[in-house]
Amino acid sequence: MKHLSHKLIILLALAATGLAQPVFALTAADTLRQLEQSAKQTDPNFKGVSVQRGERLFKATHGAEWSCASCHTENPGASGKHAKTGKLIAPLAPAANAERFTRPDKVEKWFRRNCNDVLSRACTASEQGDVLAYLMTIKN
Amino acid sequence: MMRFSIQTIPFALVFLASGLTSVHAGEHVYSANNAKWKTECGACHLAYPPQLLPAASWRVMMTQLDKHFGADASLDAKTAAEISAFLEANAGRNKREATGKPSQRITGTRWFKQEHDEVPTRIWSSPAVKQPGNCAACHTQAERGDYSERSLRVPR
Ligand code: HEC
Ligand code: HEC
Ligand code: HEC
Repeated sequence: MKHLSHKLIILLALAATGLAQPVFALTAADTLRQLEQSAKQTDPNFKGVSVQRGERLFKATHGAEWSCASCHTENPGASGKHAKTGKLIAPLAPAANAERFTRPDKVEKWFRRNCNDVLSRACTASEQGDVLAYLMTIKN
Repeated sequence: MMRFSIQTIPFALVFLASGLTSVHAGEHVYSANNAKWKTECGACHLAYPPQLLPAASWRVMMTQLDKHFGADASLDAKTAAEISAFLEANAGRNKREATGKPSQRITGTRWFKQEHDEVPTRIWSSPAVKQPGNCAACHTQAERGDYSERSLRVPR
């Protein structure tokens, strides 16, 4: 029921803005649901995402120079700064930046790159879900 | 009624690949543009003008994006091909800007060092600049491709 009313609001909003948004744009909640789906498919032991695990992954270093927080800061509700170039990075938490986690190809691209830089490997779907679940707890 | 023949497509592509190139000789305003390049190559630092490295340098860089100056900047094949075409079509041909062996760093070229030989060493590492690749710290309109003296403000 909750999902249905959510979808309805999106549809109404889209109609109201005259389809100003591309129809395929997702919400961060949609993206989280998709990550949970693929975690279930790839890991039979998957028992749901964890905000605590997500926060730990985000703030810790994993054998390389950078953590996620090195660029996105300890407070992902605030603007970050690229650790090497110094370029400003808009906040990562969806509450602070409505564009985050709305475009699957962009999300996929940056998880691939940044997990590679920070963990020297890809992040699993469940790890990505953990991180997003954590980011969604950040209030603006 | 709009008619669009299949023959126009190659021309449109060439046009897109070359951007609206109009380098005003001597003025150092680089206006070549491509939306994918601007987004993808402007995500971690400002999008460095294609004119500032020779085609050979861009070609090498674009095949090693997964190991790009210590960062993974990899792209899907289609986007990489479009950006490569744009970079190579607009690459530096001017001897001054593209001498020596294909460097991956604009800031490592002989041209760059000559152009900047009046900048004192302590300025490069000052808190406001931090590194030479941070062009916008001094070239205030670098984001728009404007490196002319008019918009130059070196922080003291
Ligand atoms: C070296 C700097 C750096 C590090 C370290 C880093 N990121 Fe990023 N991240 C960026 C930049 C730059 C962008 C793209 C710029 C933008 O979209 O504002 C980005 C974008 C993202 C996005 C895209 C979100 C969207 O929908 O727009 C996600 C997801 C992300 N990062 C997650 C992570 C995670 C998880 C980690 C740790 C494993 C991490 N990042 C570590 C620099 C970094
Ligand atoms: C994931 C982040 C990221 C992305 C995306 C990215 N770069 Fe970089 N780039 C870097 C880092 C980090 C450096 C090194 C900064 C330093 O040490 O000064 C760099 C340096 C450079 C330099 C050398 C600048 C100098 O010092 O002279 C060039 C040229 C360059 N990048 C071109 C590109 C191009 C072209 C693209 C798009 C295909 C691109 N970059 C995309 C992270 C990125
Ligand atoms: C510390 C400040 C500073 C930084 C950082 C910097 N420049 Fe410069 N740049 C200068 C100065 C000073 C000149 C010399 C102007 C002159 O004497 O005509 C110059 C000249 C130039 C010129 C020639 C302009 C002209 O009209 O003759 C270009 C092109 C240029 N810089 C590009 C770059 C690029 C690209 C970057 C980044 C990779 C960069 N600069 C970084 C200070 C800086």
